[in-house]
Amino acid sequence: MAATVAQTAGSEKNMLLRAELRRSERWGKLRAFALVLPLLLFLVITFVFPIGRMLFNAVHDDTLLTLMPRTTAALAAWDGNDLPGEQVFAALAKDLRDTWEQKTMGSVAVRMNYELPGTGSQFTSSARKASTLLTGPYKAALIQIDPLWERKEVWNFFKRGASPFTAYYLLRSVDYQYGADSQIVATPPETAIFRDAFLRTFGISVGVTAATFLLGFPVAYLLATLSPKSSNLLMILIVLPFWTSMLVRTVAWVVLLQQNGVVNQALVGLHIISHPADLIFTRFATIVAMTQIQLPVTLLPIYSVMKTIPPSHIRAARSLGAGSFYAFWRVYFPQTLPGIAAGCLLTFILCLGYYLTPALVGGPSDQMVGYFIANYTNKQINWGLASALSALLLVATLLLYYVFNKLVDVNRLKIG
Amino acid sequence: MSTLVYASTIEKGWYWLHRIISGTVLLFLVAPVLMVIPLSFNSVPFFTYPMSGFSFRWYEEFLLSARWQGGLQNSFFVAVAATLLSSVLGTLAALGLSRPNFPWRTAVLGIVISPMIVPTIITAVAVYFFYANVGLVNSYTGVILAHTAIAAPYVVVTVSATLVGLDNSLVRAASGLGAPSITVFFKVILPLISPGMIAGSLFAFVASFDEVVIALFVAGPQQRTLPLVMFSGIREQISPTIIAAAAVLVLFATAMLTAVELLRRRSERLRGIRGT
Amino acid sequence: MRSSALSKKTLVIIGLVASTFVLTKPGAAADQITITSWGGALQRAESQAWFEPFSKTTGVAVNEDEYSGDAAKIQAMVETKSVTWDVVDGYSTWVNRLCDQGLLERIDWNKLGLNRSKFIDGDMYECGVPSVISSSVVAYDKDKLPDGPKTIADLFDTKKFPGKRGLEKTAAGNLEWALVADGVPVQDVYKVLNTPEGVDRAFKKLDTIKKDVIWWEAGAQPPQLLADGQVVMTAAYNGRIYDANKNSGKNFAIMWDAQLPGVGNVWVIPAGGPHLDDAYKFIAYAASPEVQGTLTKYIPYGPANKDAMEFVGGEVLPWLANAPEHMTNAIKTDTAFWNEKGDDLNQRFTAWLAQ
Repeated sequence: MAATVAQTAGSEKNMLLRAELRRSERWGKLRAFALVLPLLLFLVITFVFPIGRMLFNAVHDDTLLTLMPRTTAALAAWDGNDLPGEQVFAALAKDLRDTWEQKTMGSVAVRMNYELPGTGSQFTSSARKASTLLTGPYKAALIQIDPLWERKEVWNFFKRGASPFTAYYLLRSVDYQYGADSQIVATPPETAIFRDAFLRTFGISVGVTAATFLLGFPVAYLLATLSPKSSNLLMILIVLPFWTSMLVRTVAWVVLLQQNGVVNQALVGLHIISHPADLIFTRFATIVAMTQIQLPVTLLPIYSVMKTIPPSHIRAARSLGAGSFYAFWRVYFPQTLPGIAAGCLLTFILCLGYYLTPALVGGPSDQMVGYFIANYTNKQINWGLASALSALLLVATLLLYYVFNKLVDVNRLKIG
Repeated sequence: MSTLVYASTIEKGWYWLHRIISGTVLLFLVAPVLMVIPLSFNSVPFFTYPMSGFSFRWYEEFLLSARWQGGLQNSFFVAVAATLLSSVLGTLAALGLSRPNFPWRTAVLGIVISPMIVPTIITAVAVYFFYANVGLVNSYTGVILAHTAIAAPYVVVTVSATLVGLDNSLVRAASGLGAPSITVFFKVILPLISPGMIAGSLFAFVASFDEVVIALFVAGPQQRTLPLVMFSGIREQISPTIIAAAAVLVLFATAMLTAVELLRRRSERLRGIRGT
Repeated sequence: MRSSALSKKTLVIIGLVASTFVLTKPGAAADQITITSWGGALQRAESQAWFEPFSKTTGVAVNEDEYSGDAAKIQAMVETKSVTWDVVDGYSTWVNRLCDQGLLERIDWNKLGLNRSKFIDGDMYECGVPSVISSSVVAYDKDKLPDGPKTIADLFDTKKFPGKRGLEKTAAGNLEWALVADGVPVQDVYKVLNTPEGVDRAFKKLDTIKKDVIWWEAGAQPPQLLADGQVVMTAAYNGRIYDANKNSGKNFAIMWDAQLPGVGNVWVIPAGGPHLDDAYKFIAYAASPEVQGTLTKYIPYGPANKDAMEFVGGEVLPWLANAPEHMTNAIKTDTAFWNEKGDDLNQRFTAWLAQ
């Protein structure tokens, strides 16, 4: 309609038209945006916001600020060299009495135990004893109650508590912590596990991704070159496991790999080995099971890209004298790269977050970061650390996704 | 096959090697599930061959016990609700995103796809704390909303893929013939993208039906879904009922897959008609 | 804060829509409480011995939930004021810590109408009512291992008993056993474990069998591990072993040397729950002398209420942890020690496992 108007218009009308075009374009944009808005709002509220809030917990902890307000405030003036003076101890005594009366000393104790293992119970007993301590001088009395209050790292701990923000959890999740003078030191080796966990997560993910690519590529090629009838049939073999519950596939691996499981039975029965081999609860089992679970995810995007490559390309190369391998390698393979990138990166990103499969078929030294997030959430109840680990994992994931986005257009991503 | 006639011996060797490798990989893919399914007919609760007897007891337990059936019902209820919600939201979003010059496309797409990218354990923990605050833990609503969030991206991606193939001249033709945009949507666009929508819904359904980590955190005893029943079964002892349930679900999945395949063919037919 | 207000509104609307579906489901009865326990054989027994009779007697419907003994959900519920568990069969190691954090109701024994002094360890918990005595023991399959382990040192002896052994994935218990196997007399275990050298010594001993251990997390796993032949012997709760013999026709045996009897199970009430009175009603019922002992009909966990012992049937006595002949070399679990050091040792244990 706009076109007919334009034909009869002079330059003045042209301007009007341009404005109208712009308006209609804006209107179109608005309409498009309105269509996306419900989902966007929904996800922002039920997904993005909760995750953002949890990540906030990785750096935010006001336990000390709210439960020990006087002590943390009084310590602001402390130089960190000698023991704090009587005024700080008086503030401490008052705070201790409050925590005892309001029954919040347990929360402070738990918070203390994170950074200074073993001091929590000393704090609780201090609070109990200090509840009867009504008059000063407090310094000598409190040190008398517990030598805990002579330790400089304890005072530095409370001094750091004056800020509602803490770097402790993030430091801890890369195996650093605060030393006695609030300096950053390496976590002692018997509790330093997270850098290894991240490396392991990364390593297992690389291994599984490589395995799925090596196994998936030939199959994708076969499917893409077969007649549609037979390839559709084989496709069922790929998509069926893809649609079978991940839990069930993991259980299947447990059943297959366990000590007297099907695989060991077969190997012993065939006299390949004399005693059942240790298959379950190993790194091997973790990688095998994850590979089988992820294989379709890598394979399908490769396949869907391969299907778009016209067979005439290879034929042309061959007719121009290229050998079959050369033609494949120089003409066909490069065209599959977007599919390979999509499949492999998708698998890699999904692998980073694995939790249940390693937990069920892996051993204690095969656990990935996801396991530690769950463990610190459920068992150790250290939610700050769980959040910090999540934050690091999420940043790694998003970084990869960004790379993925640069390499291949998300729109071309096909999942089935 | 015809190319094989001209092929050299080495090429023939490659040809067969390729087929053998592919066959082995496909076997690796399906064998684990296929090998354990017979064990669901074992008369004793052990996972070793040879089986000591044939029995339907695990199927009986799956189909008749309140615990498993409750789980199945909950899963269906939650998955259907999450599918409906995510299909509507996801399809609308895909339609919007497919418009040319969509503003801040990359950013919006990033947010929309993010539930697919963020590791489930993180989603689970985050959603749990949030839901606890607004009183949605241990409620159907909570589980459904969380599942809708993780299922919606599948709908967006699948429907978007269909929209890429959508011939805009059909839409223009309809508008040119004077059809109002509502009519265009229901009479032209919807029929064309419906295979994509249905495929997306199926993905969404499975994403919810199969989900365990989030349910583990958010669901209470009343909302115990099938994967949760399975999971508590695994945590304690692996009962052959899990395998029986899996067998039933594999059958179910096959039926769904066949449905998708038929839809795909229908869609191809529709596009074929468009071509002539 | 606009976004959260908005979110609440949206969620409420969606919640209302969804609740129209939910309400079609039956079971929104008047008087009901949710009791959460450990699942498996124990919960089945509790259900038969306590939950169902309680419902019949009082008319209060009991909803059951299961958990794996983790306190995290309780903490999250209480902190966010969305408590749905009215009574929890808690675990002794965390009851006092949660109590100190104000996450559990303080027990009013007058309201309960029970005599606190009659309960083993009754004075140890401000927020809990001791329920049953269970014990961590070493169990093995007599059919496969007729000449089973005799002492806890055999658990660590991979030459004499080659093969995998099952252990619980927790610091408590394993550290004690490691020390006893390393030659520490049972009465000195906690004295040694209270020193850094003692802890190192325990971990060093555990190192010797680390690669031969299958770690389990739920009480129902060890009988399964034995039945499947995954392990030659395993740490287990005595009641689960009895249950496997009684209900699955197994021939499992228990080695009682260095057993760790203790009040593992403690009734607790998460703070701020909606059915406080009914929760009290239930605990008063389940911990009363006449009722508490009836659990032994289904699973051999002795009552923590000393008055309940007279209601325990004779048949089950040889399987109880506190039978005199089993107590000769028992390690009395020091709950106070674990309350104090548990956090620290569990952190170290988690790291040790992952290394």
